[in-house]
Amino acid sequence: MAATTLDARAAAPVAGIAPRERKERRSRRLLALGAWICGIVFFLPFAWMVLTSFHSEQDAGTNPPKIDAPLTLHGYREFFGSGTGVSPWPPLINSLTASVVSTLLVLVLATPAAYALSIKPVRKWTDAMFFFLSTKMLPVVAGLLPVYLIAKNIGMLDNIWLLVILYTSMNLPIAVWMMRSFLADVPVAIIEAASIDGAGLPTILTRIVAPIVAPGIAATALISFIFSWNELLFARVLTGVTAGTAPVFLTSFVTSQGLFLAKVCAAAVCISLPVLAAGFAAQDKLVQGLSLGAVK
Amino acid sequence: MSTPSIIRHRHAPPVVSRSAAGRAPRRPRGAWARRAPLLPALVFMIVVTQLPFVGTLVISFMRWNALDPSDKGFTGLDNYKEEFTDPQLRSALTTTVVLTVTVVLVSLVLGLGLALLMDRKFPGRGAVRTLLITPFLVVPVASALLWKHALYNATYGFINGSLTWIWSLFGSDSAPQPDWLSTSPKLAVEASLIWQWTPFMMLILLAGLQSRPTDVVEAARVDGAGSWDIFRYLTFPHLRRYLELAALLGTVYVVQNFDAVFTLTSGGLGTANLPYAVYSTFYEAHDYGQASAEGVIVVILSIVVATFALRSVSSLLREETH
Repeated sequence: MAATTLDARAAAPVAGIAPRERKERRSRRLLALGAWICGIVFFLPFAWMVLTSFHSEQDAGTNPPKIDAPLTLHGYREFFGSGTGVSPWPPLINSLTASVVSTLLVLVLATPAAYALSIKPVRKWTDAMFFFLSTKMLPVVAGLLPVYLIAKNIGMLDNIWLLVILYTSMNLPIAVWMMRSFLADVPVAIIEAASIDGAGLPTILTRIVAPIVAPGIAATALISFIFSWNELLFARVLTGVTAGTAPVFLTSFVTSQGLFLAKVCAAAVCISLPVLAAGFAAQDKLVQGLSLGAVK
Repeated sequence: MSTPSIIRHRHAPPVVSRSAAGRAPRRPRGAWARRAPLLPALVFMIVVTQLPFVGTLVISFMRWNALDPSDKGFTGLDNYKEEFTDPQLRSALTTTVVLTVTVVLVSLVLGLGLALLMDRKFPGRGAVRTLLITPFLVVPVASALLWKHALYNATYGFINGSLTWIWSLFGSDSAPQPDWLSTSPKLAVEASLIWQWTPFMMLILLAGLQSRPTDVVEAARVDGAGSWDIFRYLTFPHLRRYLELAALLGTVYVVQNFDAVFTLTSGGLGTANLPYAVYSTFYEAHDYGQASAEGVIVVILSIVVATFALRSVSSLLREETH
């Protein structure tokens, strides 16, 4: 095979191949350039936000934009409350609590479910999978009012634990789908071999299954954390003074008419930072998770 | 990642028949032991999502305004009738459909183009991918604030500022300075959502492209197929499931969008979609019955989309089981 290709290449007139190759190389270079331009265009609004967050308020609000204005931490100092006195720490801590606790709950509930759906599949396991997916199709607004009324009657309004429960239900279906697809990757043959050798269920789970699915658990946790951190509607309706989350805190900037553009940008950067860091660190896992594990 | 599952499938038939034969006599107990790990998650989901929805369904047939608690009772379909006859509410319905269809279609097409560009090897591909996914990782409220204040603002926003700068290059000081959010509010909301969702579409389609078997493409190229033929007859059919999946997930999230509408326009100027309408009917007008009817309509809309899209997901599952 290799010999014939070489022969063909040697036999072909050199002049016939060279322009074609040159053309191909040029189009490849053009496409790479195109990709870079697209990347920069999509990144530009974010870059502008970061740059503005480091400008003084006077430099931030100019027309035409002042790109080379001196950098300052003024916006960040304002955001962290040294100027206006409104501290962003309680909402940030609320967000962290709601996201982390609900993520842990999601993992505790999703892992055994995924185990029942993949390693020892129950009969008609696809039905259960579709039930979980269908709850994701049920928009959050559909349950908002009864949840509000119940919470009001049992005194759970403005309580971060209510958000923990709701965020768990919001992320559990995705987590079950993801965990199932990761567990389905565990070779049954290894499990069978281990149980023939006398390993009990706990040993199989900790020694064989856990190491294989560890990256999957991490990805599931990441997705669950991101969605909880980003959620606005429930937090806005069900919390108030004490349990408000970071996105709710950000909405207090909606009506400020951008008078403090640098501060607004600093706030947006700070609140996006945990998600950005997690997302950049685990890009591949993010795809797999967001596509409910269906794309590999 | 796919190797273990191939092994698993190759061994699957004997494993199934062996364990089925051994399990037959004590099946009931085994079945419950198998189902038990599934129960906590199932029960939790039913209690937290299905029961409130039943509540919403019941309230949607009621006349119930929190500002007038004495006048409370069942009214049948009045809330739904109101929804379809009140022009403001009907507009929320059409806005939801228009917004979702536009955002999903445009970001799907852009995402496909970007995925095709990113599928080739070139210097700095990893860096470009990181640049491209950034919009998706910015917290939605933050990204809406960014568009509202830093980009769209008529006096100091980046877009108009750039127009001033470009015009000044040609010695003109009369650059157009439109107020984007009031002149084309729907387009403004859509643009910010497309910016946010295109990376998501790209990521799923890119994963699809990279799972494409390369030997078939090579063979076609050897047989003299051009780039367009390869795309039309090989790449596109392979990508179809991924396109469906991306459209499904995009739709589920965009139909429910609240953050962008709330932040950018506060539902003004015909940009209020159903989730925003539910929010304002319930949170501002305190009309619980009407808000519930709107919630139910959002669910019906989602179900229509879902039944189409679930077929493609079920084909993915079926493929895995075989």
